[in-house]
Amino acid sequence: MKKIGDLDIQQIIGWVLRLGVLISMSVVFIGGCFYWYRHSGETANYSKFVGVPDFVHSASGIWHGIFTLRGRAIIQAGIILLIATPVIRVLFSAIGFILEKDWLYTGITILVLGIIILSAFTGHAG
Amino acid sequence: MSVAVLTLIVLAGSYLAGLVGSLTGLGGGVVIIPLLTLLLNVNIHYAIGASLISVIATSSGSAAAYVKEGITNIRLGMFLEIATTIGALAGAMLALHIQTSVIAVIFGVILIFSAIMSLRPKKEQIHDPKSQWAETLKLNSSYPVNDQVVKYGVQNVGGGFLMMLFAGIISGLLGIGSGALKVVAMDGIMRIPFKVSTTTSNFMIGVTAAASAVVYLQRGYIDPGLSMPVVIGVLLGALTGSKILVHTSSSQWIRWVFAVIVTFLAGQMIYNGLNHKI
Repeated sequence: MKKIGDLDIQQIIGWVLRLGVLISMSVVFIGGCFYWYRHSGETANYSKFVGVPDFVHSASGIWHGIFTLRGRAIIQAGIILLIATPVIRVLFSAIGFILEKDWLYTGITILVLGIIILSAFTGHAG
Repeated sequence: MSVAVLTLIVLAGSYLAGLVGSLTGLGGGVVIIPLLTLLLNVNIHYAIGASLISVIATSSGSAAAYVKEGITNIRLGMFLEIATTIGALAGAMLALHIQTSVIAVIFGVILIFSAIMSLRPKKEQIHDPKSQWAETLKLNSSYPVNDQVVKYGVQNVGGGFLMMLFAGIISGLLGIGSGALKVVAMDGIMRIPFKVSTTTSNFMIGVTAAASAVVYLQRGYIDPGLSMPVVIGVLLGALTGSKILVHTSSSQWIRWVFAVIVTFLAGQMIYNGLNHKI
């Protein structure tokens, strides 16, 4: 019985990953088209590290950029969805372990989620 | 160089990187970073950011296929992800504080090591469960081989965990999947079957990369204009590679050619790093 439970979770995890990649890559591609349309003639220079433009560096900037059809904001939204994909996968693993009543692995999975959330917050410190 | 020309060159280069990365099992990241920094003079921070994103895309895409086959040891992956995510966080923080030339040298060394590892013959090993830790953590499992279910035991849990911590640090520092180090941990130290270690390592790479990507994202290392052609190119290349892999049984000569190229690139990275050109 337990093995069947395991396989079900694996099917769901497989779909989560597939959908996440598909959706985020579509968003990146659409953003890429807008970016190309607006900026393809400009000069590209990545030789010096200067960070990223302000409008793709904050959640509100990206959100606003999406509605004003700014290519790089849409690409960045797609990239964030892509980063979220494995994290959502971990979340589904946690649900799976809870359903199996495997408390040891529920704890381990939540710990991994906690570490990722911690890294999301340390970005502003240090 | 105009945005249009750069985007097309990066797209084509990333496609090739994804293709060979998938054929040799090294991953696209190890090729795309030298390509961007050495050939296109891209700052290594931007290159690492873009590579990290492509690592998440390819590992998630292929993990989806492997997980369905039931070869991946999800519990082992979950448990070791504690080590790789802590390592990735540490590596990403470290990258913010050390010189880019030092990063380039470390990258070169890991690159050479990965190339050597990819040439190593792969033998399936099955060991009986012995470790008490593996028993407690429910790490011993089974996987399908030709319609049969084969049971295997996991050994040296502590040693494997420590090695994974190191693999996580390298992944966070260099923006690569560090699959070669993960295989050392699982094949060499924990002694699990090759097929299981490859798929489980791949399963873990996405989560590991996500842990450092959230740090890089906030630091402005992930530039959308550059990441866009990299992630699309590498993913399409890896997809092509996985299709080819099904049809050709012997890819040994590709591994050799690739190992030589990678070693050459690694030498360049180390040379430029030592001369502070990166």
